[in-house]
Amino acid sequence: MNKKEYLDLYHQMVLIRRLEERAAELYQKGEIGGFLHLYIGQEAVSTGIVAARQPRDQVITAYRDHGLAINVGIPANEVMAELLGKATGISKGKGGSMHMADIDKNFYGGHAIVGAHLPIATGLALSNHMQKNDAVTIAMFGDGATNIGFFHEAINMAMTWKLPVLWVCENNRYGMGTSTERASAVSDIIQKACGYGMQAYDVDGMDVIAVKEMVTERLADIRGGSGPQFLEVCTYRFRGHSMGDPERYRSKSEVKKFIEKGPIDKFRKYLFKEKIATEDELDKIGAQVANEIEESVKFAQESPEPADEALFEHIYVEPVGGA
Amino acid sequence: MAVITMREAISQALWEEMERDEKVFIQGEEVGVWGGTYAVTKGFLDHFGAERVRDTPIAEAAIVGSAIGAAMGGMRPVAELMTINFAFAAMDHIVNEAAKMHYMFGGQFRLPMVIRTPGGGGRQLAATHSQTPDAIFAHFPGLKVVAPGTPADAKGLLKEAIRIDDPVLFIENATVYQQKGEVPDGDFTVPIGKSKVQREGQHVTVVAYSKMVPYSMQAADILAKEGIEIEIVDLRSLRPLDMDPVVASFKKTNRAVIAEEGWRSFGVGSEVAARIYEEAFDYVDAPIQRVAQKEVPLPYNARLEQLALPQVEDIVKAVREVLR
Repeated sequence: MNKKEYLDLYHQMVLIRRLEERAAELYQKGEIGGFLHLYIGQEAVSTGIVAARQPRDQVITAYRDHGLAINVGIPANEVMAELLGKATGISKGKGGSMHMADIDKNFYGGHAIVGAHLPIATGLALSNHMQKNDAVTIAMFGDGATNIGFFHEAINMAMTWKLPVLWVCENNRYGMGTSTERASAVSDIIQKACGYGMQAYDVDGMDVIAVKEMVTERLADIRGGSGPQFLEVCTYRFRGHSMGDPERYRSKSEVKKFIEKGPIDKFRKYLFKEKIATEDELDKIGAQVANEIEESVKFAQESPEPADEALFEHIYVEPVGGA
Repeated sequence: MAVITMREAISQALWEEMERDEKVFIQGEEVGVWGGTYAVTKGFLDHFGAERVRDTPIAEAAIVGSAIGAAMGGMRPVAELMTINFAFAAMDHIVNEAAKMHYMFGGQFRLPMVIRTPGGGGRQLAATHSQTPDAIFAHFPGLKVVAPGTPADAKGLLKEAIRIDDPVLFIENATVYQQKGEVPDGDFTVPIGKSKVQREGQHVTVVAYSKMVPYSMQAADILAKEGIEIEIVDLRSLRPLDMDPVVASFKKTNRAVIAEEGWRSFGVGSEVAARIYEEAFDYVDAPIQRVAQKEVPLPYNARLEQLALPQVEDIVKAVREVLR
């Protein structure tokens, strides 16, 4: 990687962080509705994954999707506008926080039913296989999703058919407020992949470079014909499951311990230690991000509401009379 | 015009579409080596190969979910669920994913996919394998729900379903695979969302779909001997629901019977009757009659099962009732 690429990763991570901090404020003010699940603390995961993929590789994730949206290159304006439900949002104000996608960037969403996107990922990989291209599907999901049937059906089919998928479990230790130990018979999640005869790996999700390197290797293997592989990324969310989480299931000291090992601070230290960037340079990026975020809030606030007619648009591709 | 069975019509539609477009493929339980549990895909594996005729694990969420993903990725999958009763195991993917994918992301994704599945009772398969839950699926905007009543419509509608870019649930009826009918020669499609008058008459409008179409035809023959001419309107698709031919017929006859194989409560008949009352209240000469399944889980015993299912005679009686 050259210096520009390192700084780009830093820029993305800080952009996700600041965008979400600002979104939390707007949520408190009532400008953002519904559910808002923040990715803060997990930025290194999606940033490392997208840095490692080829643009043709599809990514698909669950409802904690703002990070991936930024990483694939959806402008902050369109992410913020979607959060505010505006016509200029990436999903035209019809999806909201949990349903962002950009087909032109091979980002297949943003899915809000736990685990339901995993069979869809199997199908995306099947389409790659059948069209004989060498794209890989990267399916991201939380630790909680490994307890639902969809997960098992999806990885069993993908493994049986040797489809090109990288399954990435973002283990942030809690499915909502229930810890892996309390929800899963096998809390060492990698064992579940081994149960299907799948090659499985793990990586420190606080280290963006480690994630990028690991994912680069996995994608090369899969492109080389290894069949599906599984990667557990150990991470932690600094905020609640969603806004309004009383957080009775974990202690303040536990959260503090992880914040001290946070991915952005860790990457800063790395960039200084390796003499890739100076404090000045990173602060400059921070200031630039602050401007981008304020611009995105202004853009979103000033954007129009979807028109009434939009209510009936996109129910079907082929319009039909009646209902 | 050739006379072929419903099974042959469906099989021909699949075969011709797979020949026409290499992006079309089939997946489901026992569609390949076995040849389909109802023999609809017999011979397909040898001709098209295992890549395009894919035997799946017994995993309905994966069958439908992966079809969604394959469609999003540019293929045109036809996923087969062995029976509609197994669709409940894929309910999330049918109603929560397939039906919403185009809308929820502002029109970005297209799902050119078909879910084929037979339903219906009458084969002593007991309560879990005999249901006609069509109305449940018709409840969800975003999904198209098709249920043909004749071989010609089965062939033309299935070809259309495969060619369009919307997700279609294509509901067959397992007890009428042997039903024969005339089917046009050559390539043809039937548009989805158009009801059709299958038999003209002036006394009573009988609204039917799927298996109740041949049943209504039989009822029409019986009633014709009494001098009663019924007009049979075949819905052909439940969503979109095309009420125009129904209302036009009702304005002529002023009386209607609606026949469906599923349960009466919250059923297709409820919806169609409500719409007739909304759109043609001034033309009502008698309360609309609904013919449907009795409100019980279907029993195994053959006599009890038939007692619960709507029969030709029930349609005949209902027609006489609205004319009373």
